[in-house]
Amino acid sequence: MNSEITLERPEIEPINYLNARHGIASWLLTTDHKRIALLYMISLTLMFFVGGFFAILIRLELLTPQGDLVTADTYNKLFTLHGLVMVFFFLIPSVPTVLGNFILPLMIGAKDLAFPRLNLLSWYLYLLGSAFIIWCLATGGLDTGWTFYAPLSTAFSNTQVIKGITGVFIVGFSSILTGLNFITTIHKLRAPGLTWFRLPLFVWTIYATSMIQVLGTPVLAISLTLIAVERVFRVGIFDPTLGGDPILFQHLFWFYSHPAVYIMILPGMGVVSEVIPTFARRPIFGYNFVAYSTFGIAFFSFLVWGHHMFVAGESMYAAMAFSVLSFAVAVPSAIKVFNWTATLYKGSISYDTPMLYSLGFIGLFTIGGMTGLFIASLGVNVHVHDTYFIIAHFHYIMVGGMVMAYFSGLHYWFPKISGRLYPEGWAKLAALIVFVGFNLTFFPQFVLGYMGMPRRYYAYPPEFQVLNVLSTAGASILGVGYILPLIYMIWAWKFGPKAGNNPWGATGLEWTTPSPPPEFNFDITPVVTEPPYNYPTVDDDE
Amino acid sequence: MQKAEQFPELQYRDLDQQREAAELGMWIFLTTELLLFGGLFISYAVYRHTYPEVFAEASRHLDTVIGTVNTGILIISSLGMALAVYGAQTAKRKRLLFGLIAAIVFGTAFMVLKGIEYYHHYLNAEFPGLRFDYSVPDAKGKQVFFFLYFAMTGLHAIHLTIGIVLVCIILYLAYRRRFSPDYYTPVENAVLYWHFVDIIWIFLFPLLYLIDVHK
Ligand SMILES: [Cu+2]
Repeated sequence: MNSEITLERPEIEPINYLNARHGIASWLLTTDHKRIALLYMISLTLMFFVGGFFAILIRLELLTPQGDLVTADTYNKLFTLHGLVMVFFFLIPSVPTVLGNFILPLMIGAKDLAFPRLNLLSWYLYLLGSAFIIWCLATGGLDTGWTFYAPLSTAFSNTQVIKGITGVFIVGFSSILTGLNFITTIHKLRAPGLTWFRLPLFVWTIYATSMIQVLGTPVLAISLTLIAVERVFRVGIFDPTLGGDPILFQHLFWFYSHPAVYIMILPGMGVVSEVIPTFARRPIFGYNFVAYSTFGIAFFSFLVWGHHMFVAGESMYAAMAFSVLSFAVAVPSAIKVFNWTATLYKGSISYDTPMLYSLGFIGLFTIGGMTGLFIASLGVNVHVHDTYFIIAHFHYIMVGGMVMAYFSGLHYWFPKISGRLYPEGWAKLAALIVFVGFNLTFFPQFVLGYMGMPRRYYAYPPEFQVLNVLSTAGASILGVGYILPLIYMIWAWKFGPKAGNNPWGATGLEWTTPSPPPEFNFDITPVVTEPPYNYPTVDDDE
Repeated sequence: MQKAEQFPELQYRDLDQQREAAELGMWIFLTTELLLFGGLFISYAVYRHTYPEVFAEASRHLDTVIGTVNTGILIISSLGMALAVYGAQTAKRKRLLFGLIAAIVFGTAFMVLKGIEYYHHYLNAEFPGLRFDYSVPDAKGKQVFFFLYFAMTGLHAIHLTIGIVLVCIILYLAYRRRFSPDYYTPVENAVLYWHFVDIIWIFLFPLLYLIDVHK
């Protein structure tokens, strides 16, 4: 044989999940968790920009004190659809369906999720739910608020309530099936030697999130079904004129929708728990505490829903109990913040983009959490109830917390997902823009709310204008910060330098596979012999 | 029974692991289902507390005889399912097929009797949304009672219908000799689902029919 043949052979891209199969059907009928994660990523990004579009219109309307850009009715629809799309179609599925789907099986050394076809079905349910929402907004929208309070939603609203409810109902089942799949996978498909206390903390948080999805979402589903039945058949389960009790709907709704806050934040905490040890080059401080606090949060999350109803006719004693329990949730949350901070201590920290987002998460989540304590106090709650203080508080948790964590995770695992490196300089700039834009948007809203500006109004007294202009300016900056990653990530996917298996030098099974991973993840099932985050510490070097 | 060669799906180590995963998945699904009904049970508790007398009075309008017969029918159908899974485990094909057919027959009988009940309520103007007499005394509480009655038994009936369809599919597969003592997970999961739907009824029956029966 001539040796020149080997010399002239062109470099061949190794077979991976992206190039193993071709054609549109290989994507739409795939059962590969990695491909389904990408399908989710694309559809979630679209919905994120739909929800963002409504946010832009809201902020533009609030630039001036008079209602001039849109009518009051349109404004009602804008904030309803903004909330609905962002909560149910972006925040709740974000980290679990995109990062969880992609990384979870890799992290535990599995070849796929336990039920790959069910996973694909979940994505189709998500699409079908989104289609209902798009149909709802194309035919006139929805104005009940994302909370669907009865009897407004059942007897008074003239908008497309049924289509909206159907969309949320369907996407709820997508969420339940994803949770069911993850729980089974984590129980049954861990690699040999990967005991519960050797699991990366991301897996713990996904597990707890899935529990909430499985236990909470069906209650939302049945409440929305009752709303739909009451509206269509003109019967009364919540309508007081027919013998129903509207407060009952609020109880049922918040029984799901408060834990839903933790569906949104827990996976973010999981991402941060991965990123901090990697870029501080230290094992996480107090692994057991962080793991247990995850379940503490999930458990307490089901016992605090009444704090949304302090002024809605709840008894004084119920309100006191819910207030105390809401304070109790702060304990496991604070444990996590302390442990992340303690992990940084004596670490050799590098400020790569995922780390910047994670540090941003810690700061903003802390502000969001602390202001949560203000509004869990009964007296303060009466003062700031339904004001912009509430809006600012939960945006610090959901946007400052969860969206930051999602971006942190996207950048952290981007080399694994795409096999390429993103441009670090641009990414750092975007992270900075997001941080500045976010604070400029939402910090003034704390002040506005404390001064008494109510939420859900399209006009306001002229003395509030300066702060509102600041907020709108911040939102424009934030928008730029969100569009930048979209551009450079698409660019990097094609032209970025090759990443290699483990660009961050991180621990964890996902980094032992090639980037992008092969179709079935591991040729040989790995055997785990070490605790997680087993970084050589400074003390070891001495 | 013919022994079909079975291979685990690629993410599983062996068939045992695959079976355990499928069963765990079913249990998690049933937990979700329980909470779906949970929303209705809590609504029932709230309104029974709000309208104690009206609920007792309205409960007397339900047909206790059909309710009792239906409870018996469902319990027998569960026995059929239990026999079926036992038959699959022990490779007794006749027992498997007979058990499944019994479950289908008794499940359908339940649905027919339920339909007769619904029709009587329709005739008596006790069907909120379709035909309801708001001129009776305590109409509000009565309306809520019958709303809950139809919501709870209706959701149960939907589940039972799905169960019957499911068991028909299992019957077809069993007829085609697809199960063996090594592989009968679908039978096992269908049985779990069937028993769950039965247990829901066991709670619905006293809560709805027997509120005032001691008087
Ligand atoms: Cu809450």
